[in-house]
Amino acid sequence: MITIARLTIGEAARRRILWVLVALAVLAVALTGWGIDRLVSLARTSGTAELTIQLGVSQILIFIAFQFSFVLAMTAAFLGAPAIANDIESGIALALLARPIRRSSYLLGRWLGLAVVLVAYGAGSALLAILVVSRVSGYTPPSIVGPLAYLATEGLVVLSLSLLLSTRLPPIGAGAISVVIYGLSWAAGAIERVGIAITARNPDVNLEIVGQVGRAILPTDGLWRGVIYGLEPGVVVAAAAGNPLAEANPFFATAPPTLGFLVWTGVWMILVMTLAAISLRRREL
Amino acid sequence: MITEPGLVIDVADLRKRYGRVQALSGLTMTVRAGEIFGFLGPNGAGKTTAVKLLLGLSRRTGGQGTVLGRPIGDREARRRIGYLPELFRFQPWLRAREVLDLHADLIGMPRSGRKPAFDAVLELVGLAERGGTAVGGFSKGMQQRLGIGVALVGDPALVILDEPTSALDPIGRMDVRGILRSARDRGAAVLLNSHLLTEVEQVCDRLAIVDRGVVIAEGSLGDVLGARETRIRVEGLEPPGAARLARFGTPRFDGRDLFIRDLPEAQVPEVVAELVGMGVRVHEVASGRESLEARFLELVRGHRGDTAA
Repeated sequence: MITIARLTIGEAARRRILWVLVALAVLAVALTGWGIDRLVSLARTSGTAELTIQLGVSQILIFIAFQFSFVLAMTAAFLGAPAIANDIESGIALALLARPIRRSSYLLGRWLGLAVVLVAYGAGSALLAILVVSRVSGYTPPSIVGPLAYLATEGLVVLSLSLLLSTRLPPIGAGAISVVIYGLSWAAGAIERVGIAITARNPDVNLEIVGQVGRAILPTDGLWRGVIYGLEPGVVVAAAAGNPLAEANPFFATAPPTLGFLVWTGVWMILVMTLAAISLRRREL
Repeated sequence: MITEPGLVIDVADLRKRYGRVQALSGLTMTVRAGEIFGFLGPNGAGKTTAVKLLLGLSRRTGGQGTVLGRPIGDREARRRIGYLPELFRFQPWLRAREVLDLHADLIGMPRSGRKPAFDAVLELVGLAERGGTAVGGFSKGMQQRLGIGVALVGDPALVILDEPTSALDPIGRMDVRGILRSARDRGAAVLLNSHLLTEVEQVCDRLAIVDRGVVIAEGSLGDVLGARETRIRVEGLEPPGAARLARFGTPRFDGRDLFIRDLPEAQVPEVVAELVGMGVRVHEVASGRESLEARFLELVRGHRGDTAA
C-alpha cells in the first residue's frame, strides 16, 4: 500500500497539471491580496468603520473559499477518476496486480497518495490565502485549522467517490458524475436554506429533509458549512443567534457541523472505499 | 488437489465463461520446473484467458489446479512469478530503472543487491544504456524488452510471457530466445504464450496447442509433430497415381509435392522407381518431420471439423 501511495505521489509530482494548479492558486491568492488591499485602503480613507471593513473582508474571504472549494472538488474528481480506470485501460494494472499485492491495498495506496497530494494542495493554498488576507486587511478568522480541515475533508469525500466510480467507469464518466453529485449536494443544501426561510414564516412547510438527505448522500455541503462557520467573525455569529432567518443565508452558518455529522462523514468514506474495494476485487482484468 | 513434485503448473479442467462466451472450456495441462513450455493457439483460442486465470487476474468459473504448489491465484505464489502481459504499459513518467525498482518493492526484494541485479537484467534485455530514460519515450520494442526485464526481476521460479516478441525485430526475437533458455537453465519454468510457430518450434521443450479453449495436442515437439514425413517434388503425377503409393505409407498430394507419412527411409528408392515407372518426373526428395505449421493447421482444422460435426 505504501509503495503504491509513494508511486502515486511521485506520479502527481511529475505531471505538469498539478504544478499548473499550484501556480494558478498562487496567482489567484496574489490577485486577491492585491484587490483586498486596494479595497481596504479605499474604505479606510473614506472613513468606513473598522468593524464594517472586517465584516466585508470576512464575506469576501467566505466567497473566495466557496470558489476554491469548488476548484478543490473538481481537482479531487479529476485526480481520482482516472486513477484506477486509466491503470486498467492501459494495462498498467495487469503488470501491478500480477504481483503479490491485494487489490484493496492497491486501491488504498492510490487513495492515500492522492489524499496527500490533495490535502497538501488544498490546505496549502487555503492557508496561503488566509495569511495573505490577514496581512493586507488585518482580518484573521477566529479559526484557521477548522476551515482548512473541513475544506480538505470535502476534497477527500469527492476523491473517495471518484475512486469508487473509477473502478468501473472510464475516467471522463467517473469525473463528470462525481462533479454532478457534488453539485447536487450543494444544491440540496441551498434548497434547505430556502426551506428554512419559508418555514420561518409558515411552520407547516419543511424542506429541511432535502438538505439532510443531500448531506447523507454526499457530506460535502455539511463540511462547507463548517468552512463558513470558521471563517466568520464571532460577533456576527453572536448577533445572529436566535434569528431563524440567519440560517437561510447560503453563505452563513450559525453552528459548526455536529459531531454526529462528522462521524457520519468518516463512516461514509469507509463505506465508499469498502464498496470500491469490493467493486475492484470483482472486476475482471 | 495433490501436485507431484517438480510440477510448477498443474491445472485440470480449468474453465472460464464471460457472460455467454465460453473463453476456456476444460484446460488441463502441466508445466515442470526447468522447461520452456509453449502455449500455442490461434487468436482467441483462450491463451491469454488461461494466463490471467493462473495469475488470479481473472476468476475461474470451473476447474482446479495449483501454481508453484499453491492454489490458483494465490497471492504468495505470485511473489515467485514474473509476468509479461500481452497488452500492457508501464507508468510513462517512470525511468526504466524505477520500473524495476517498483516491481522489486512489490515482491519484497531486499534493497541490497538491487543495483547489480538490475544492471544484469537491463544488460540481458539490451537496455543497459537506457536505465535512466523515461519509459514514455520508449519505442514499442523497447517497452517489450523492459517488460521482459521486469518479468525476470527477482529470479522468479515461473516466468509467464504472453506474446513477448510481438513488437520485436528478428534480432530482438533471437535475443528473447537466449533469455528464455538462460531462465530455463537456472531452473525456472517458462510458459511462453505465442502464435509464432517458429518461435515455439525453436525454443520450447514441450508445447500444448489450444483451440477454442481446449488443449488439442500436448507433449514434446516430437510427440506433437508425430510421424516423419517424406516430401517428393514431382511433375506429371495424377491423384490416382498418388493413391497407388499407399502400400509404402500414407500419401498426400497437393498438386506439386507428394508427402508420404511413415515411409521407412530404406524404401525411398523403391518409391522413386515406382513414380518413374508411372512416367512421373522426380525433382527432389526430402525426408523429415512435418513442419509445426503444417501440423498446427492440420490439428486446428481437424478440431474445428470435429466441433462443427
